[in-house]
Amino acid sequence: MSAASTTFAAQPRRGFRGFYVLMLAPALVLLLGLYVLPLFGVVLISVTEPRPGLGNYELLLTSASVQRALWTTGRIAVLTTLITLILGYIVAYAMRMASEGAQRWMLFCVLFPFWISVLVRSFAWITLLRSEGVLNTALRGTGLIEEPLMLVRNETGVLIGMVHAMLPYAILTLYANMRGIDLRLMTAARGLGAGPVAAFLRVFLPMTRPGILGATVLVFIISLGFYVTPAILGGGRTLMIAEYVALQINETLRWGLGTMLATTLGISVMGIMWLMSRVLDVKRLFGPA
Amino acid sequence: MAQDGGALRRVLAGLILAFLVLPAFVVFPVSLTPNRYLSLPSGGVSWQHWQTLFTDPVWLSGIRESVLIASLSTALALAAGTACAIGCWRLGSRLTDMVRSAMILPLMIPTIVYALGIYRFYVELDLIGTMLGVILAHAVTGLPYVVLTVTASLANLDPALERAARSLGASVPQTLTRVIVPNIIPGILSGGIFAFIHSWDELIIVIFIGGRELFTLPQLIWDGINENLDPAIAAVASALILFTLAVLLVELGLRRRRQFRAARDT
Repeated sequence: MSAASTTFAAQPRRGFRGFYVLMLAPALVLLLGLYVLPLFGVVLISVTEPRPGLGNYELLLTSASVQRALWTTGRIAVLTTLITLILGYIVAYAMRMASEGAQRWMLFCVLFPFWISVLVRSFAWITLLRSEGVLNTALRGTGLIEEPLMLVRNETGVLIGMVHAMLPYAILTLYANMRGIDLRLMTAARGLGAGPVAAFLRVFLPMTRPGILGATVLVFIISLGFYVTPAILGGGRTLMIAEYVALQINETLRWGLGTMLATTLGISVMGIMWLMSRVLDVKRLFGPA
Repeated sequence: MAQDGGALRRVLAGLILAFLVLPAFVVFPVSLTPNRYLSLPSGGVSWQHWQTLFTDPVWLSGIRESVLIASLSTALALAAGTACAIGCWRLGSRLTDMVRSAMILPLMIPTIVYALGIYRFYVELDLIGTMLGVILAHAVTGLPYVVLTVTASLANLDPALERAARSLGASVPQTLTRVIVPNIIPGILSGGIFAFIHSWDELIIVIFIGGRELFTLPQLIWDGINENLDPAIAAVASALILFTLAVLLVELGLRRRRQFRAARDT
């Protein structure tokens, strides 16, 4: 402290720097003390409970139920990412090609569901899709079906809810990328004799590669850790990692197993982000929409 | 050029946008059902479930707790996050780049991982089930939103303004409060809105650290969905959607102002 004040006296310009450095302090203290430290706690528990060592991590290779949760998570995350990217690309592309006014409206249609909490959205889906729900009642009322369609409390329900939750992320990422593309390039391609399909495939699509990559990674890593939507729409039958972890902690009190899976999940996500940061600017990916 | 396959593109995009927007609206008619179970209103409309929302002490206390937690955690995140973003902007070095990257950690790491960590941490500190505990946890996870929006705002601010203020004799605090902050107000407000919505909607952390004393609105909805699917949830959901819509419109207005300033300043 005294060293700092002498520098301040001797070199006023450095004093100003000191002031700005101090401005970082509250956020850093919060982040390190209440975020990073508890995360280290998770890693620590995973190698100390119930006994020290990597015993918990062995379960990744030996436990059938752990592997089932991992497989379910991977499968759902990949399917969600695939469907979301295709649907998201269609919307983002249509937005890019639309008029200014239409773009604003479309953007609003993307942001509105994005801002509604996943909890409320999952509840809306349950109301719509459960066997006594609005959709099944209506369909049976018109005589189109005899038996209710099983749309929730299974993997179909989880996929519908997750694609719905992830679409805005994909659309916003892709659209941000597409906005930087000069549409006259397409006109030029057409003028040089390319058909509409060729102009899209060989001119537009390659330029959206960073957007596709960004959206894929973003949707995939968020899907990996999803909890609320699969828990509600899966009805406990489609256990993804996050819900499985919560079960270990709340029901069976197996902290070692729960923290091991949480650590694995966290490290996987960080690993994917790190790989990605070598290709793209990650901070821009997380810019609030 | 836009005509080729344009119709198909527009129809598909329209359908996907409908899939995005429409499902949420189902909660409005359902909230008016006269029945005691989740259904579309049949044989008349009833406001009883909305009445429950505004008279039942459980829902009322949930609303109160959520408002209190979201307001205080937003204030904390705003103060710390804005200061941090300004400090990083002014210092501008590789180290501050690292600080800014660290600040987005809570957006990257799945919430369930943090929920386990903060739960054990709070057991040690005896903060389980306390308002203070939830406020702090929501503040730290709300930080990234503030840092990102304020940083975006600062990117449009000419650093020469700050130098000019200083050379005209303003002290650092004066420069901050009279020159820098007024110029990035839209960014700060946007960050505050994001942080507020984050806390207002947050469920997973609260499930873990709320104990048996605290029940925020999302937690009441969660319990309701898992227990009895009471139509009162539809009324709550409708109210939340309307609230979200209002906040979103404010934010879009702010964003337009921010873009306007950016355009004016360049």
